[in-house]
Amino acid sequence: MKNITFSQATLEAMQEEMQRDPKVFVMGEDIARQGGIFGQFKDLGSLVGAERVIDTPISETAIVGAAVGAALAGMRPVADMHFADFFGVCMDEVFNQMAKIRYMFGGQTKVPVVVRAPDGMGKGAAAQHSQSVEAWFVHIPGIQVVVPSNAADAKGLLKSAIRSDNPVVYFENKTLFPIKGDVPEGEHLTPIGKACITREGKDVTLISYSAMLLKCLTAAETLAKEGISAEVLDLRTLSPLDTEAILASVRKTSRVVIAHEAVKQGGVGAEVAAIIAEEALDALDAPIARVASPFTPVPFSPTLEEAYRVRPEHIVAAAKKLF
Amino acid sequence: MYSKELLRNMFISMTRIRYFEETIEKHFLAGEIPGFTHLYIGEEAVATGVCQNLANNDFIESTHRGHGHCIAKGAELHRMMAEIFGKVTGYCKGKGGSMHIADFSVGMLGANGVVGGGYTLATGAALAAKLTESDQVAAVFFGDGASNRGTFHEAANMAGAWKLPVIFVCENNEWASTTPTATTTAVTDIAKRAAGYAMPGVTVDGNDVFAVYDAAKKMVTDARAGKGPALLECKTYRIKGHFVGDPEKYRTKEEVQKRFAASDPLKNFETRVTNEKWMTKAELEAIRANSAKEVEEALDFAKKSASPDPSELYTDLYS
Repeated sequence: MKNITFSQATLEAMQEEMQRDPKVFVMGEDIARQGGIFGQFKDLGSLVGAERVIDTPISETAIVGAAVGAALAGMRPVADMHFADFFGVCMDEVFNQMAKIRYMFGGQTKVPVVVRAPDGMGKGAAAQHSQSVEAWFVHIPGIQVVVPSNAADAKGLLKSAIRSDNPVVYFENKTLFPIKGDVPEGEHLTPIGKACITREGKDVTLISYSAMLLKCLTAAETLAKEGISAEVLDLRTLSPLDTEAILASVRKTSRVVIAHEAVKQGGVGAEVAAIIAEEALDALDAPIARVASPFTPVPFSPTLEEAYRVRPEHIVAAAKKLF
Repeated sequence: MYSKELLRNMFISMTRIRYFEETIEKHFLAGEIPGFTHLYIGEEAVATGVCQNLANNDFIESTHRGHGHCIAKGAELHRMMAEIFGKVTGYCKGKGGSMHIADFSVGMLGANGVVGGGYTLATGAALAAKLTESDQVAAVFFGDGASNRGTFHEAANMAGAWKLPVIFVCENNEWASTTPTATTTAVTDIAKRAAGYAMPGVTVDGNDVFAVYDAAKKMVTDARAGKGPALLECKTYRIKGHFVGDPEKYRTKEEVQKRFAASDPLKNFETRVTNEKWMTKAELEAIRANSAKEVEEALDFAKKSASPDPSELYTDLYS
């Protein structure tokens, strides 16, 4: 094991995969010279060859579209979205092109593209640089969606995403980049489509992913002090969802809180709740609870942003209401 | 001077397209084809003139009006026809239809149901060619209407900035669906837009396959040599409605007939090659007859093919 940041873990994944496979390249805004606005691509060009780490024009549409086109021509591109919010600029390329090509052309080709998308609220980044938009992509057949919460999965899921023959949207919460975690030495792959139990418990399941998972772990500590044993399930992949893991944990604990940073309405929590209601309602001893951000854009002023922020206390309160 | 083989191939391509489209129209109007379809009649010289300069492993990106591009790039008529009929023997096993035919084995990366959806994909294919140091080029066909999409700007700039081997081929047929392009477009010649992307822009008579071929030849040669992208505008005219069944209330039949009589690219070709004594009428007739037969056979294949089994619904989504 080595203790490295989430950001370093993604860099290791990029380096290893680009050295392993010459067809892998990465393009995006400010990634080569600048090393990424969060430093997540720092010196990658000098590690793997400058020609495969490409600074693009500010053209998200062309970035994703060209990544798809390059994939059709045999490459395995990684495109950086700068901020997940900018998906709004290139959604046609994401959902009408990248997601549809394999199916509508009858499986004649593969579309091995990874789109990396730093998401989530930070410190005063406001409405257009703070969103969590993963639910949009979960609604689109043909795309895989991964949401690592820690350094080990950041590396393992990015490597798996690059090796996947399917388009993968890789959400990396901005607040996670500096957080250190243990990452196994050597080859480390996290399978796409597999959730994992981060903390075992028996009284309630806290289901989450990405940065919100850390708040669930904090909430579980608090709950433990109050005599409630919380299990924490990290979904890690949102499409395909690991339904089996969700149902197994819910059947074990009989109570569930689903927490995410994205707004509640139409969020991933709604899908998870529906699956539980469809498949395991009989196992529940209490209603399904969801904890999510308010249904507003992310506000700017520190007081408003603080009012918007989901905190571990909210998760604790939601869990306690189930008893 | 054009080789005999080239002349033959040009006419084979154009007649295949013409007969294919006439057959589609007939059987669509008879209610035998699901969905909707857009015909390339009158624009045959564009796809043909460009694709005769391309090798099998060069790439093209096509449009909703894509049958002609497929045929010109070497796709098989019977698999195209079967796809348009929604049959399991089609290129996409019946999952794509008229607007979504692709044949990756001949570098045909796909028709596109989204107007202006192809530019960035072609640019990416060209980027792949550059990264792998192959000499492949990518051509992207688009209409005058599509030239007003922002995707054009982003792709053309990227291709221009990185000197990518992309040929942007505008089929200016004067109509953006039902709207006259002149009423919605700031320039008369789309080729003028090339100046903004440091690439050559050339306007040619898109109903003259030789004019298209000659202009494309230079562009393809330059692109292969690493000199970067180019914009070729081919002035043509959409002889049929936007889609089969379009009532065409926006123009008169007389106007269309007049334009077609003056511009039919097949007639233009025949007149030129017989006047120049490059080909005989008998040679032309033999090609016409053979193309008509191929299309008939394709139709027969499509009609006799099975529809996909409902179980195919869930296949081909993920790899």
